[in-house]
Amino acid sequence: MSWTRRDALKGLGGIPILGAVWWAGASSTVSKKNERSAILEQLNLKPSLPPAVQGIGGEPVRVGIIGFGIRGEQLCRALGFATNEWKADMKAATEEDPKHSALKDFMGQEKLNLKLTGVCDIFDYRANKALKSFNSDDNKMVRYRTHQEMIRSGNVDAVVIATPDHWHAPMAIDALENNIHVYIEKPMTHTVEETYRLREAALNSSAVLQVGHQHRQTLSFLTAKDIVQKGTIGHVSLIQTNTNRNDDNGAWMYDIHPDASTQTIDWEMFLGTAPKIPFNKNHFFRWRKWWAYGSGLSGDLLSHDYDRLNCVLNMGIPNSVMASGGIYTHKDGRNVPDVLQVNMEFPNFSTGSSQIKGKEKGMTFVYSATLGNGYNRPTVLMGHDGTMELGNRLTVWPDGRSTRYADMVEEEKMNPGVPIYQYNPGANIPDAVASATSQYFADKGLMWTYINGARVDSTFLHMREWLSSVRNGGNVSCGIKEGFEEAISSHMAGLSYKLGRRIDWDPSEEKLVPIEGIDFDEALLSNTVVT
Amino acid sequence: MNSLVILRLFIGWHFLYEGIIKLYDPDWTSFGYLASAQGPFRSIFLWMTNEPLIGIADWMNIIVLIFVGLSLILGIFEKWGALAAIVLLALYYLAHPSFPWVTQLNVEGSYWFINKNLIELIACVVIYQIPTGQYFGIKRLFAKSEELTKTETL
Repeated sequence: MSWTRRDALKGLGGIPILGAVWWAGASSTVSKKNERSAILEQLNLKPSLPPAVQGIGGEPVRVGIIGFGIRGEQLCRALGFATNEWKADMKAATEEDPKHSALKDFMGQEKLNLKLTGVCDIFDYRANKALKSFNSDDNKMVRYRTHQEMIRSGNVDAVVIATPDHWHAPMAIDALENNIHVYIEKPMTHTVEETYRLREAALNSSAVLQVGHQHRQTLSFLTAKDIVQKGTIGHVSLIQTNTNRNDDNGAWMYDIHPDASTQTIDWEMFLGTAPKIPFNKNHFFRWRKWWAYGSGLSGDLLSHDYDRLNCVLNMGIPNSVMASGGIYTHKDGRNVPDVLQVNMEFPNFSTGSSQIKGKEKGMTFVYSATLGNGYNRPTVLMGHDGTMELGNRLTVWPDGRSTRYADMVEEEKMNPGVPIYQYNPGANIPDAVASATSQYFADKGLMWTYINGARVDSTFLHMREWLSSVRNGGNVSCGIKEGFEEAISSHMAGLSYKLGRRIDWDPSEEKLVPIEGIDFDEALLSNTVVT
Repeated sequence: MNSLVILRLFIGWHFLYEGIIKLYDPDWTSFGYLASAQGPFRSIFLWMTNEPLIGIADWMNIIVLIFVGLSLILGIFEKWGALAAIVLLALYYLAHPSFPWVTQLNVEGSYWFINKNLIELIACVVIYQIPTGQYFGIKRLFAKSEELTKTETL
C-alpha cells in the first residue's frame, strides 16, 4: 500500500465536494423552513375543521320537496335522493371520462336519517319524475297539488322550498306557522315587506329555518373568518366580488320542456301574486329573467356574494347602497339587468386595526356582475396589512405598506408579491392540477383534504346541519338573522338599480329610510326601471 | 477523461442537492408531481399517490437521489449509481413525457420529445459505460490496492 499524495487527492477529492453540497442543501432548506415557520407562527392560523354535527337520531325526518326543478333536484341529491335519469346520465359521463366523479361522490355521500315523503310541483312531468325515482316500499312518497296541502298533510315534518322567488316567503311563512321546519332557497324573500313577516314567523315558530347559502359550510370560508379575526390582513376597507358569466345557461336561458302546456302546468298557481298574464312557457322555465317572479342579479347572485362575505366578516346590512347597470348583452325581452354594479357602504365597520386611531373604520363592498364575459375575476378582501383572495382556495399576500408587517417587509422576510399563506382543501385530490411542491405554503397541516379525503357537497353539509338542528336543537349557520340581512341587502341593491337612487338603511329603526312618494315594494316588483 | 470526471461530478452534485433539500424538508412530497402526471402511464403514477404508497415513493426517491449523488461524487459503485439515476430519470420523464400531444403540466420549459431529464439520462448512460472512479474517486484507492495485491502474489 503505497499511495502517493496524488492518489489520495484524486481518491478522496469527492469528499469535500460531498460535504459542500450536503451543507448547502441542508442549510438552505432549514433556514427557509425556519423563516416560514416564523411567519406561520406569527400569523397563528389554523385551517378550520368541519364543525361537528350531532347525528340525526330517532325516527327518520319526513321531508317534502316543493319545486322539483333544477335546484330542487340538486337539493334532493344532497338529501341522498337522485333520479334514475340523473344516475344514468352520470354513469354515461363517467364512462366517457373516468375523472367525472359526480356519481361516485353521490354514492359515497353519508346517508341521512330521513324519508322524502312528499313532492309538490305544479308541472306534472317534474312531480312524476320525482315519484318514479323516489316512491318505493322503503320510501313512500305522495304528490301534493299545493304547498298548503303538503304542509297540513301530517305527512311531512320539514319542507325544502326551491320555487321561484315570489313563492319563497308565502310558503315559508305558512310552513313556520304550522311548525314545519323549512329549508329555503335564496334570496330568502321577494319583497321588503315579506322579509319582516317571515322574520316574525320564524321567531314565533318552534320550527327551524335554514336559508340555502350552502357556502357557509365551505372550509375555506371558515378559515378565512379565522384569518380576518386574527387581524392577519388588518382593517379591510374594500371588498371586490364578482359574477362572471358568459353563456346562455348563466343568463338563465334554461331549457323549455316539450311536455309543458296548460294541461300539465298549474299556471294560476305559478303566477300566485304576480300580474295575471296568459300561459307563457318562457316565463315558467326562465322566470329568473322577470322581476315579477325573480330578483335579477341582485337577488339571484349578489345575494350569494353578499352572504359569502357576511359569513366571513359578519358585517350586517349596509348603511347605504348604490347600484347601476342595464340590459346590454341579453336583449331578449327580460326586464332584469344582465350587467350590474353595486356599491355597499359600511362606514362604521371595522375588522380591527394595526394603525393609529381613526384609521380603522369604514368599508366598501363592491359587487360587479356581467352575463357577457367569463374572465375569472376573483373575490378580493383588501386590508391595510394584507390582501386575501377568497374562493375554494385561499391566498393571503402581505401589503408593501403594512404597519403590522413593516419590519418583515423591510428585512425582506416578506414580499408583497409572495403569498404568506395558502390554503387549498382540494390539493390532495388527484385531479387537482395544483402541485403540492409549487405551493409556497403547502405545509401538510394546511393542505386540508376534503372531509376524510372525499369531496363533500357543501349543500349536503348545509342540509345535514339543518336536519341535525331539527332533531337535536342548536343553531344553524344561516338562520333568520343571516337570511334577513341577505334579503334586505339584496333588495336595497335591486331598489337602487330600479330607482336610480341611493337606498339608505336606518340601523336603529331597522328599516329602509323612506323616500317620499316611493313605495319600495311596488318599485321592486315593477317591470319598469327609472333611467 | 477529465471532462467525463467533471460530468460525473456535476450530475452527482445535482442529484445529491435534490436529495438533501428533500431530506431536510419534512413537508416535501412527490404528491403534486405524481398527481399531475400526464401521458400513457398516468394511471400508474396516480396509483402511487395513494396511501401508503406515496410515503414509500417519497422515501425511495430521497434515498435513491442521495445514493446516486454519493456514488457519482465519491466515485464508488458509480455503475450502480448511474443505473439508479437512469431508472429515476426515466420515471420522471414518463410521468410528464415531452410528447407534443401530451399536456405539459407542472413542468419546466417546453420541449419536443427531448427534455432536460432525457439528456441527463443519456449522460448517465455514458457514465455507466465509461466509469471514471479509478481516475478520480475512492475506486482509485481500491484499484491501487488490487494492483499491489496482484504484484505481491506474482
